[in-house]
Parts: sequence; structure tokens; C-alpha cells
Amino acid sequence: MTLALDLLSWLALLGGLFFLAVGGIGLLRLPDFYTRLHAAGITDTLGAGLILLGLCFQGGWTQITIKLILILVFLWFTSPTATHALARAALADPENSPPMFHKKD
Amino acid sequence: MFSVAALGILVSMALAMARALVGPSVYDRILAVNAFGTKTVLIIAVLGFMTGRPDFLDIALVYALINFIGTIAVLKFVRYGDLGWPRRLEDREKP
Amino acid sequence: MFHHLNRWLFYFGVWLLLSGYLHDPLLLGFGILSCTLCAIVAWRMDVLDPEKEPLRLRLMSLQAFLYWPWLLWQIVKSNIDVARIILDPKLPISPTMISVRPIQRTDLGRVIYANSITLTPGTVTTDLRGDTLDVHALTQSAADDVLAGDMGRRVAQMEQRS
Repeated sequence: MTLALDLLSWLALLGGLFFLAVGGIGLLRLPDFYTRLHAAGITDTLGAGLILLGLCFQGGWTQITIKLILILVFLWFTSPTATHALARAALADPENSPPMFHKKD
Repeated sequence: MFSVAALGILVSMALAMARALVGPSVYDRILAVNAFGTKTVLIIAVLGFMTGRPDFLDIALVYALINFIGTIAVLKFVRYGDLGWPRRLEDREKP
Repeated sequence: MFHHLNRWLFYFGVWLLLSGYLHDPLLLGFGILSCTLCAIVAWRMDVLDPEKEPLRLRLMSLQAFLYWPWLLWQIVKSNIDVARIILDPKLPISPTMISVRPIQRTDLGRVIYANSITLTPGTVTTDLRGDTLDVHALTQSAADDVLAGDMGRRVAQMEQRS
């Protein structure tokens, strides 16, 4: 039982680390500000979600798990709002709005 | 297990920090700092498990909220130059 | 008044859940005190919930129970899509801006829809004003998914069954 939980926990943690790393790489690789928002979205949703899920398996049915789930709920409620505020502020900036990348075809 | 997770999170924090240092516009930097803050929440939670002190989760919870408010506050400061009233307060009708 | 009592009960529930102090009367008293203080501050600010209808009625319907797992599944799918795009050496992105017309009637429904779009990687809501919703999409296919409007219909359904 403990072994199975440990295995699940490893899987979730490694998956979360993979998505966090992909989000970080995307933050560096993508060409303009607006596309980088999507990379940050990966970090905030599945990266954080899987890491906290992996910790939940270690916490078991205790108050720890409740707190972890609450952290996840807060993250998933606040991150789209922050992303939206960023995108909107960047678009509405009258002086130095970041340029938007368009595919040349 | 937790030390591997902590190391991995630190690596991706370094990636976000690189974007915050390079980022051409101020919005890129705010975005990177926001992502950095999300990863800080995760690393606080993992550190709590690593040291066997689950009280750290309370700090992570508070950090998750402060990170959001901090992002909005910095954004507002950059945009309007102060943290006071919203600009359109005067044309909001009174209830 | 009923609203404020309701809010106080919610605060106290969260306090109990987070602190776990069930047996110490002194600490419980402090909890009751701080919840009351928060309720008073919220009442003084008078900015919460201008719609004057309790949130949970609509969030607890059958449609909502079907919606959240569906949203989770969409998030997982689009996460994998975007991760594949980022790791592709050719970086096959085609950023587009589109505007859609939300079919939800209430503010809450529109906010849930806009937040769901933003929460799904690959699409970000950039503006929601009046009757248009501007969306920035990482790829053309993500934009087409938003234009197809499956998610919007599900949110609107959740709204009607309240």
C-alpha cells in the first residue's frame, strides 16, 4: 500500500516537474509577451496541480491534504485573473504596449 | 523524493528568473515574477514535507494569496503610477 | 442580515478547517472573534456580492458537478498540446486574436466562462466588456475550439439549471 502510494506520488511529482520545466522553457523560447502568457499558464495549472497532487498522496487523509487542496483551489482561481489583468494591461498600455508576434506566411 | 522535487522546482525557478532578467518589456518581467511566485508556493510546500513540518503549508497558502495581490498591485503601480483609487471612481454611480 | 450570518458561518467553517482547533475553548473564542471582525469589515466595505444572490446555489447544481471534471479534462488535454508545441524544435505557433460573443446572461456566468478560457493553456481572455470577449490564442486550432463554443454552451447550461 505504501509502495503503491509512493509510486503514485513519484509519478505525479515527476509529471509536475516536467510541466514546470516546460513552462520555464516556454517562457524563454516563445517570441512575444502574449504567447509567453500561455507558457505561464502551463506552470500555473498542470505543473502546480501535479506537484500538489503528489504531495497529497504523501499527506494521506489528514488536514494536510485539505490545506494542499485549498492551495490548489486558490492558485486555480487567482492565476487566470492575474493572467487576464496582465494581458489587458499590456494591450491597453498607451505608451509602450509590447509588440505582438505574427506568423509570416 | 522531496529533494528531487525541490531541485526540479529550483531549476524551473531559474528559468523564470532568466526571463525576468532578460524580459524586454516590464510586462514580461511581471509575468515571470508571477510564475516565480507560483513556484515559490510549491517549493515552500515541498520544503514543509522535506523537513517534516506541515505547518509550512499555512505559509504556502498565504504566499499564494499574497502573490496574486502583489502581482495586481505591481501592475496597477506600473500602469497608473500610484496605488490609490481606481481611475474611474468618479464615474461609478453611487448605490 | 441573513447574508452576513451566512458569510460569518462560511468564515468560521474555513477557520475550523484550516486551524483544526476543536477542543480548546480559548482558541475557539479567538476564532469566533476574528471571524466576527472579518464579517464586520466586509459589511463596512459593502463591496462583496452586488448581485445579491448566493453563489453556491448555482455552483452546486448537477450541471456544475458535470462541468468541473469536464473542465479539468480540457485543461489536461490542452496542457499536453501546448507542451508539445513548446518542445517542438520548429515551434509551430500561429498566434491569433479573435472575439466571440458570450451567450451567458449573468455576470457570474460570463466570468466563469472567461476564467475557464484563461485557465486552459493556449487561450487567454484579454478583454471582456459589454457583449464581446477578446481571446488571444497560441495556435489556430485553439482559436477554432473557442469559436466552436462548446465550453460556452456548457457554462450557459450550468446557468439555466439554477
